[in-house]
Amino acid sequence: MKIGVFVCHCGTNISHTVDVEEVAKAAAKLPNVHFATTYKYMCSSPGQALIADSIKEKGLDRIVVSACSPSLHEKTFRKCLEEAGINPYLVEMANIREHCSWVHSDRAQATKKAIELVKLSVAKVSRSKPLSKSFIPIEKRVLVIGGGISGIQAALDVSFAKFPVVMVEKEPSIGGKMAKFDKTFPTLDCAACILTPKMVGVAQNKYVTMHTFSEVVEVSGHVGDFTVKIKKKARSVDLKKCTGCGACYAKCPVKVTSEFDEGLGKRKAIYVPFPQAVPNVPVIDRNACLWFTKKTCGLCKKVCAIGAIDYDQEDEIIEEKFGAIIVATGFKQFDHSVYGEYGYGKFKDVVTGMHFERMANSSGPTGGKIVRPSDGKEALDVVFIQCVGSRDEQKGVPYCSRVCCMYTAKHATLLREHNKNAQAYVFYIDVRAAGKNYEEFVKKAQDEYGAVYLRGRVSRVFEKGGKLIVRGADTLSGSQIEIKADLVVLANGLIAQDDATTIAQMLHIQYDKNRLFTEAHPKLAPVETITSGIFLTGACQSPKDIPDTVATASAASVKALGLMVHDKLEKDPLVARTNNDLCSGCKACYLACPYSAIEMVEIEDRKLKRKRMVSRVIEGVCAGCGNCTAVCRMGAIDVEGFTNRQIMRQIEAL
Amino acid sequence: MKYAYYPGCSLHSTAKEYDLSTKEVASALGIELVEIPGWACCGATPAHLTVQSLSIALPVKNLLQAKNMDAGDVVTCCAACFSRLKIANHFMETETEKRKEVEGIVGERYEGEVKARHFLEVLTKDLGLDKLKTKVAKELKGLKVACYYGCLLTRPKGVTGIDDLEDPRLLDDLMGTIGVEAVKWPYKTECCGASFSLSKTEIVLKLSGDILEMASDEGAEAIVVACPLCQSNLDLRQGMINKKLKKSFDIPIFYFTQLVALSLGIAPGKLGFDKHMVNPVKLLKKKGIIA
Amino acid sequence: MKWFVSQDVIKAPIQDILERGSGQKVRRCYQCGKCSAGCPMSFKMEHLPNQIIRMIQLGMEKEVLSSQTIWLCASCLACTARCPREIDIAEIMDFLRRRAYLKRVKPKLDAKVLLFNKVFLWNVEWFGRLYEIALIGMFNMFSLEFFKDFSIAPKMFLMRKIGLFPALKINRKEIREIFKRSHKVGLDQKDK
Repeated sequence: MKIGVFVCHCGTNISHTVDVEEVAKAAAKLPNVHFATTYKYMCSSPGQALIADSIKEKGLDRIVVSACSPSLHEKTFRKCLEEAGINPYLVEMANIREHCSWVHSDRAQATKKAIELVKLSVAKVSRSKPLSKSFIPIEKRVLVIGGGISGIQAALDVSFAKFPVVMVEKEPSIGGKMAKFDKTFPTLDCAACILTPKMVGVAQNKYVTMHTFSEVVEVSGHVGDFTVKIKKKARSVDLKKCTGCGACYAKCPVKVTSEFDEGLGKRKAIYVPFPQAVPNVPVIDRNACLWFTKKTCGLCKKVCAIGAIDYDQEDEIIEEKFGAIIVATGFKQFDHSVYGEYGYGKFKDVVTGMHFERMANSSGPTGGKIVRPSDGKEALDVVFIQCVGSRDEQKGVPYCSRVCCMYTAKHATLLREHNKNAQAYVFYIDVRAAGKNYEEFVKKAQDEYGAVYLRGRVSRVFEKGGKLIVRGADTLSGSQIEIKADLVVLANGLIAQDDATTIAQMLHIQYDKNRLFTEAHPKLAPVETITSGIFLTGACQSPKDIPDTVATASAASVKALGLMVHDKLEKDPLVARTNNDLCSGCKACYLACPYSAIEMVEIEDRKLKRKRMVSRVIEGVCAGCGNCTAVCRMGAIDVEGFTNRQIMRQIEAL
Repeated sequence: MKYAYYPGCSLHSTAKEYDLSTKEVASALGIELVEIPGWACCGATPAHLTVQSLSIALPVKNLLQAKNMDAGDVVTCCAACFSRLKIANHFMETETEKRKEVEGIVGERYEGEVKARHFLEVLTKDLGLDKLKTKVAKELKGLKVACYYGCLLTRPKGVTGIDDLEDPRLLDDLMGTIGVEAVKWPYKTECCGASFSLSKTEIVLKLSGDILEMASDEGAEAIVVACPLCQSNLDLRQGMINKKLKKSFDIPIFYFTQLVALSLGIAPGKLGFDKHMVNPVKLLKKKGIIA
Repeated sequence: MKWFVSQDVIKAPIQDILERGSGQKVRRCYQCGKCSAGCPMSFKMEHLPNQIIRMIQLGMEKEVLSSQTIWLCASCLACTARCPREIDIAEIMDFLRRRAYLKRVKPKLDAKVLLFNKVFLWNVEWFGRLYEIALIGMFNMFSLEFFKDFSIAPKMFLMRKIGLFPALKINRKEIREIFKRSHKVGLDQKDK
């Protein structure tokens, strides 16, 4: 064994505090060290050449680079070794910069510590083994979970590169929340007009397979090779046969409140949620349908000329394989029923922004009139309350929902457009309009549409004499404000979907204390998750408006496509490995693994002549974090490159 | 160069020395100033705080008077009069509907065609500093002054604005031309309290006191102004300021025309230095500018 | 809280009246406070300039017209010059003072500025130009500060800074006529 030690000056970053020559001299005396030297910048080309030449000339077989953090230059030196003809995993870095020169000032002591650090690295590298990279084959298909604007954009972007996409949407139609909106800020173009072409684009795309009224129920495997079970809920209508003629729901005698219209309108028991639904195929609400509840009626089946109605349809589970997954599960509007001061959600004329969207929509339940749900009269004095649920640590979430300032400004504008005599009063804490043309849009609502902005939260809303009395404040003038309103519109914040944690656990991705999915890095990896091959887009990661959602959808698509274009994925060999002879099958590692990279398998023990359980590492998933090694009482599981033998040798060398 | 001269009330009373020195400078430089016969008060601040039509009609009346004498642009030395004349002109140019009502009051058609100028502009722009330099008989070396523009010379932009809003330079450049050192200081356009001189004297004492203090902190030995209201607040009230703020400011307040006149070699006796409350002669003698 | 404001107040017409009369769009103000930050008179005001604008936005005409603030504005135009929303705040102050004059609303505490304006304009109306002795004399008499500026007046007189007699050679009849007609026209105060 011939170890070479290369000590870097790092300009003066190291040499200013550490006597590098002294370190090299001391290193030369360590066991197995054949050669030790210093250089100004070891990472530079001449520095690397020095290492390569020394390997060849002096026959070195293991290298210690005593320089900076391995997170910066370990890759550089591995490459250098590989090119010089020895295994790239036979290099160790002693971090004498971040761990020594930058944090100490006493030169003698720092030099002493640097020598110790080099000693440890020499000890470790002496027990290093040559390792080789592994490769993971990639299944060239992408799964998109969620069929809102986010999922739609992602699916379209992936399909444009001609890779197959499967979209899973739990509602009967794709379109998501955006399909419910009337207009979009800051341009006020009609939401349907810009969304429906994209929905149709998905439906007509030969690379995209849509599963609506379906849910992902199980995910296993790892990047490049995910196995996913999808539950296709019984629609009771044959997707292939149905022509969308509408005869069934025209005849259906059962009326229930429409979820799509936020309870403001009615739908039938067999229904399409909205006229532009994709696919334009109805679904039977089995909880409301007379056939399913009382075994009577059956009218829809009778009127369907092509026999598309199928009462016997059952939930079906299909299994498919994917190389990457894009999570686009969206958000849920905050439920304001916790706000007693705003009527616990019981005042009919206290509605949410989503209700306002449906009312403003000309094909909505009020035909485009802004009315009081209690008596159907047009609303003249309308109070908008911002930050409902948002920025409220007591009753809601601590964060700002980002879109409410803008949609409220839009509502105030639409109110005036729908009724010249109506007056909007907006109670706000701050107006956050940091987007292109956003500030201008809010100012326009005030300047041209006469919205009165009052700076303060509303303390209380109560009903009196058919009106809503709104008590608020305007801190700018120091006044208490009282408005007798016809309608109060709450700007409810955006929160995680109810099943967000279930989905996160299924996908092995992280979520924060607000149940929003966590990105791999808040700045530099905003659409990745810590689980390789799974990407985030839209409001499931944090509240986003449409432009931001679409941008992250395209970003996530690029990330997925980056995998799709490879046939196989290179994988660092620094992963955990189980020694079956030592493993007792206690499952400690299985439970400790944050990546779900460990599975329990049955093996045939020849000595004991019986079958027993042992743990097995799924190499593709393992990130080499070492949790498993730390919890294994048997010492049966080891991380390559950081084996127990290497660590013990380091401790002995101290 | 010929102008219709609108002195304004102050130059005929509290600011007589401004009137005297302006006329001396003008005649030395061959600028003909023809006083508008029978000119009346511009209405000043009290008019625009009371009745808008009056605040426009009074200046318009004077501008019309000048129009009829056909002596070119109207030139004034008072920043307040200048501001009222400019605002009236701007109003008559832009408010096409309301203009008719003002025309009804003054009994004549007027669309802001008579230009109003400040004498500072006449010297620095119409005549030009290069030309002025050739006429300088004696540079006033050694004198360090703070050039104080006040509110109305530069504001509002697009109406009176003869110079940069936040860092005007005309007076500084003019002083440079005649050899006076203009110190850098941040209060060039702060308010002296102008119109409150009589009604809220205590406010003037504070605001003008702040200006005197800043000028003195920044090393100025005197302040140069282009407005009779600024001058009277800083000069006339300096004794009271000293008493109230327990200070001992002794800062002469010059009209720019007085210093220009000295540089042109005009006898100090003609420039009304005896009309200053804070005696400027002491400083001028110390610097060897006058004997 | 200083005030109680209902929507009847918010819907009061002062904002529109002011916009029509002065051309200033008060709605545009986003309350950044830059006007108050640079106002040389802020230190004396009970409501800062931005608060006056806010009060107009909320329709509080009565409170604004009777406030001391509008009479403390020195018309220095610093606010107007620096307003990021291009609102001529000084013009708004002028408008409010003219409206207060028309509606005979006096500030609660100190009406000396009004008195000065009145005396000044009488002076101009009668003499065509300022007649300082009459101005100072009348103002001191009506403000009951008989000996104000007693220390500097004689000195000024000796320096001939103030003359004994009013200026002649002015067509005073014409000036008085302008005053009479101007009071009738008013220009910006057409709304009641």
